[in-house]
Amino acid sequence: MSALKEIKYTGGGSIQAPPDETFILNLGPQHPAAHGVLRILMEMDGEWITRAEPVIGYIHRMHEKMGENRMYAKFLPNTSRIDYLAAMHYTQAFVGVVERAAKIEVPLRAEYIRVITGELQRISSHLVGWGAFVMDLGGFTPILYAFEDREKILDLFEHICGARLTYCYHRFGGVCNDVDDFFLSGTREFVPYMRERLKMYRKLVTGNIILRKRLEGIGIMDAEMCRRYGATGPVLRGAGVPYDVRRAEPYSIYSQFDFEIPCYPQGDSMARYLVRMDEMEQSLRIIEQALAKIPEGPILGKLPRVLKLPAGDYCYAVEAGRGRFMIRLVSDGKDSAYRLKLRTPCFSNLSPFEEASRGMILPDALALLGSLDLVIPDIDR
Amino acid sequence: MKPSLEQLTQDFTALLAPDAGAASPVQVVDFALRGINLDVTVTPAQVVPAAQLLDRHGFSLDTVTGVDWLAQGQMEVVYDYMHFAVNIRVAVRVRVPRDNPEVPTVSAVFPGANWHERETHDFFGIRFAGHPKLSPPFLLPEDADYHPLKKDYKP
Amino acid sequence: MIEFLTSEPVLAILRLVIYLVAILAFVGLNAAYLVLAERKGAGWFQRRPGPVEVGPWGILQPIADGLKLISKQTIVPPGTDGLLFRIAPAMVLAPALMCLVTIPFGDTVMGMPLVGRNIDVGLLMVFSFGSINVFAIMLGGWASRNKYAVISAARIVSQNVAYEIPMLLVVVTMMMITGTLNLQEVVTQQAGGFWNWNVFRGVWTMTNPLVPVTFVIFFICMLAETNRAPFDMAEAESELIAGAFTEYAGFSWGLFFMGEYANIVVGCSMATVLFLGGWQSPIGTVPASWGALGSLLGVGFFFAKMYALIFVVIWIRWTFPRTQFYGLLNLSWKILIPTSLFTLLLTGALLTIRSLL
Repeated sequence: MSALKEIKYTGGGSIQAPPDETFILNLGPQHPAAHGVLRILMEMDGEWITRAEPVIGYIHRMHEKMGENRMYAKFLPNTSRIDYLAAMHYTQAFVGVVERAAKIEVPLRAEYIRVITGELQRISSHLVGWGAFVMDLGGFTPILYAFEDREKILDLFEHICGARLTYCYHRFGGVCNDVDDFFLSGTREFVPYMRERLKMYRKLVTGNIILRKRLEGIGIMDAEMCRRYGATGPVLRGAGVPYDVRRAEPYSIYSQFDFEIPCYPQGDSMARYLVRMDEMEQSLRIIEQALAKIPEGPILGKLPRVLKLPAGDYCYAVEAGRGRFMIRLVSDGKDSAYRLKLRTPCFSNLSPFEEASRGMILPDALALLGSLDLVIPDIDR
Repeated sequence: MKPSLEQLTQDFTALLAPDAGAASPVQVVDFALRGINLDVTVTPAQVVPAAQLLDRHGFSLDTVTGVDWLAQGQMEVVYDYMHFAVNIRVAVRVRVPRDNPEVPTVSAVFPGANWHERETHDFFGIRFAGHPKLSPPFLLPEDADYHPLKKDYKP
Repeated sequence: MIEFLTSEPVLAILRLVIYLVAILAFVGLNAAYLVLAERKGAGWFQRRPGPVEVGPWGILQPIADGLKLISKQTIVPPGTDGLLFRIAPAMVLAPALMCLVTIPFGDTVMGMPLVGRNIDVGLLMVFSFGSINVFAIMLGGWASRNKYAVISAARIVSQNVAYEIPMLLVVVTMMMITGTLNLQEVVTQQAGGFWNWNVFRGVWTMTNPLVPVTFVIFFICMLAETNRAPFDMAEAESELIAGAFTEYAGFSWGLFFMGEYANIVVGCSMATVLFLGGWQSPIGTVPASWGALGSLLGVGFFFAKMYALIFVVIWIRWTFPRTQFYGLLNLSWKILIPTSLFTLLLTGALLTIRSLL
């Protein structure tokens, strides 16, 4: 191994060239399993990881500074670029915090639309997460099936807001376009279609013996570890804690819907996988209920002519695709934020990785990484 | 173990032992208006005891962030806590002088604070005493010696 | 002239040259078109059209890919072991070609068996040359001086050691049943309908009722030896980027690719010859009176069986996720080796009983 030891490592990580038979593996920033520009410095003993340290910040764009420099309405499109796979949730969080601060009333129809789009977004986000996860494990086919389904959701979204990925559909006090029959009937057709597909995925992928062997008992993150690190979303629910912001801090009109919080106590990669699969079904349930009850009415509430928030600090959290997304907005009474903190789920979900991956072998660590379902811009912001 | 808001208020008041007559550092606020339930102001020395108190009650660290109060010459560090079983959100805030911003780290209590504190150090230059690793910069470029969220930062 | 050419030493050499050229051309085109088949197959499994741009239905895609690979520079990164780095791709392809020389793909035409070299120890030769493949990939990985490549090299060695054992045990079993190492002979024994193929014959003649299991073991080992999914530990692109091939570019990478497909062809041909009756017809025997036409029909049967197996290989790749490395080794040491040892002993016992009766 002498040739390998000569190479000096500098920069981000703190791991120095080890003295013995171990070596450093620099996984990323360009690596097929990193889903973007995540870099993990791994100290390896053969294929065993003695220490793995994520090095992040390669796609850091300083959204928080932009939030301080722009008026609230102008920052709105930024929020959909933080986690581009769950843009609806992030925009909803930002309009939510502004509405909370400015005490803007949101019409009921707009809230229903927000719930429907939010749950469709959750399904599409989980579909990509699922496909990419199985691809990390070497199964190439599921992601294309997932994209086929996701395409239907994107078509619906494109119809209502013109965008397919970074929707800026929410507005302070409502949403920008009313939904029409095309969207509503399309969503109505989508629900039974997706149920059938989920059944098929269960048979084709979830039951696969190789997949189960790869995931069961691998990468255990128990409830206590999640608590100490603040991991949320499917990671936390896969550790047996039924915590969902939609239930815990009900925002929008989620308290009116009947849905379960899927929860598996094992805390391994399979549990996180199953939580996502079950959540899609629950999202379909919510969509079904919302479609049945959606009222007629305005879609935009009354807004002040100039949007200035009263001084103070405000928090608003939503359950985004990957977990709890919280915005802490500090206002000094002007038309832009004094301080805007974006608490993103992937950041907190990745931070236990160093502890959780210790002593694993490389393929298992990558299965664990895949099960966290990371979106790198969401970590780096 | 499900803490109640009253219990928590009492515990904090006992921990912080405010002077008689001064405004109480522990304030219960309306969740619907602010998005938090309990607003606690502490001194730098009380940051770690407050974190330990919340840890005993089963809280989890939501995030750590800073605010630069240029006009007052102060830096504020805000610790947001959440609880997975009950809907209580606690914000613990501490103010330090702007020219020497230093607070003790809570990463020994909540390992999740490690990354949040590194990020806050990057953005505000606030030092977290006892933190295992504050440099090199975490999210900023590796050679960054600036703190972009300071209000007097000029790029 | 004709007499000179057909006189024995000259004819043998001439035939060898013709076969080698033919096999080279076959391997090249086969690799190219198996890539197309793989991509088209993957497309169908994934509900998309696959390559369609170059030529009608994309059939010129492999040619375009080949031209692109040839025209690319072969980069030898600084710090690598230049000699080994350059030799390794050739070492992957050469043994596969050598194996193909001894594989019979048809009956005799004009008294000549349709096989490059009909040697008596053909079976032995295929497996001895087949084992060199792992050596070449290991050298390539080691010479790359890339950590992913070194990990891949270490993986592929332990994987091949683990899978060589059950594979050879299976082959020994088959050798005991057939009683010969000559592959042409092995095929000739299986004449007369699919029930006479080795994979079924052992069941009803009671030489070894577990031959279908043996076939499955052979097929799994073949997948593992050729580094195909779900056992593609060496390449494992979501873990090791491209494993041993990470540093290779242009046609040296292309050679690895050709080697991989040539090895699949060798593996599937061996499975066809040993278990599925080689060029024998699935129903009855091709009458000897059909002459050369009958032999051509036999060639057709052989390729049909072989490509059906290759299709299964492709099918498996696009259906299953990758196994974990230790799961792979456990499968070999804990399941395949005991099972194949058991079938070996069972066959020995049954053959002894038969000879005693």
